[in-house]
Amino acid sequence: MQAFIKAISYHLPQNQLTNADLSALFPEWGVEKIANKIGISTRHIAAEDEFASDMAIAAAQKLFAAHNINPTEIDFILYCTQSPDYFLPSTACIIQDKLSIPVKAGALDFNLGCSGYVYGLALAKGLIAAGIATNILLLTAETYSKFIHPKDKGNRTIFGDAAAATLISTEGFAAIGNFELGTDGKGAENLMVKQGAIRYPEKSADTVHDDYGNEQSLGSLYMNGPEIFAFTSKEIPALITDTLKKNGVRKDEIGQFILHQANRYMLEHLRKKMDIASENFYIYMAAIGNTVSSSVPVALDEAMKEKQVTPQTKWLLAGFGVGYSWAGTVITFI
Amino acid sequence: MNIEKFISEFADQFDDLDTSSFTAETLFKENDEWSSMTALSVIAMVDDVYAVRLTGDDIRNSKVIQDIYDIVLKKSNS
Repeated sequence: MQAFIKAISYHLPQNQLTNADLSALFPEWGVEKIANKIGISTRHIAAEDEFASDMAIAAAQKLFAAHNINPTEIDFILYCTQSPDYFLPSTACIIQDKLSIPVKAGALDFNLGCSGYVYGLALAKGLIAAGIATNILLLTAETYSKFIHPKDKGNRTIFGDAAAATLISTEGFAAIGNFELGTDGKGAENLMVKQGAIRYPEKSADTVHDDYGNEQSLGSLYMNGPEIFAFTSKEIPALITDTLKKNGVRKDEIGQFILHQANRYMLEHLRKKMDIASENFYIYMAAIGNTVSSSVPVALDEAMKEKQVTPQTKWLLAGFGVGYSWAGTVITFI
Repeated sequence: MNIEKFISEFADQFDDLDTSSFTAETLFKENDEWSSMTALSVIAMVDDVYAVRLTGDDIRNSKVIQDIYDIVLKKSNS
């Protein structure tokens, strides 16, 4: 059985953190200049009592309403987050109940960041191909804002919170093609929240500074930006080439390349390196920042509103980041 | 590769400050404008111009522009 993307919706929390807000918080820092380079004007930030699962549920409800989907049709929930409500149970179980999805549905969480959406498509396709499920609700939701140290100006400039809901089914608007996946745990330390889970349960309050003067603690989000950039620059052009090869398509047959929206500077570097024209390379992050696992579905949804598609139009999707973990696929519109 | 050209390319990654005084011995991390963004720009520039992959560690272990130049030179010859 073939797998298709049938519908997408996304949800952003109401609160915003604009460049002007950041500038007021960190007057000594040239926020405008840096934000301009990375192509972000504002980000949405979850309220103190608003969690990733709340946003995932809001995205799913939006999906159901906008596309006339009855929750009783869903027979599997895949929930991608690194911000689960609890250690246990799986947040997907709580989401099943809150969305009134039938108790006969399967549900599980998977922990991935920026590669998570494309991995979710791969898992969903597998469930459909194996005849295990037919209507899979793939949810991605992240609140990195809750991991970031309040004084960490760099990460606060980059990341925004968001959630997206995608229905993957035996019919839909675009067929999901073949996958290229990759993992390199050697990069684990370069993007990490080290404390607060089982290995290091105690969160130390001690403040540390990264190499560039950003204030952090071992219980907050640490990102070695230059190292991540170096990894991306090395792996992602190969990921794109291999994804094209696996799908038997040439670069010039791809209408839009929709990569994880890490930051515009990095995306532009990759685009030039891979020699892709800017009109075929979709960027959507000025109003939302880097939304981790939701960046690809949000960009995909926005691109569909903006760009013309005809039957057989092919778009390439690729996610990459924390892990390190990366994944690519090609979707073909019907 | 020549060091003069490299210093100028390196200095181009700084937006505001007067970088005409940059020399091979400039302690670039002491420049106010040095940030993870400038580090990232240097990695991008070296990738674009010299097709060499600098790592975050290469930057971490360097103090002056000459150090970076030496790494690029070594990597481009290997």
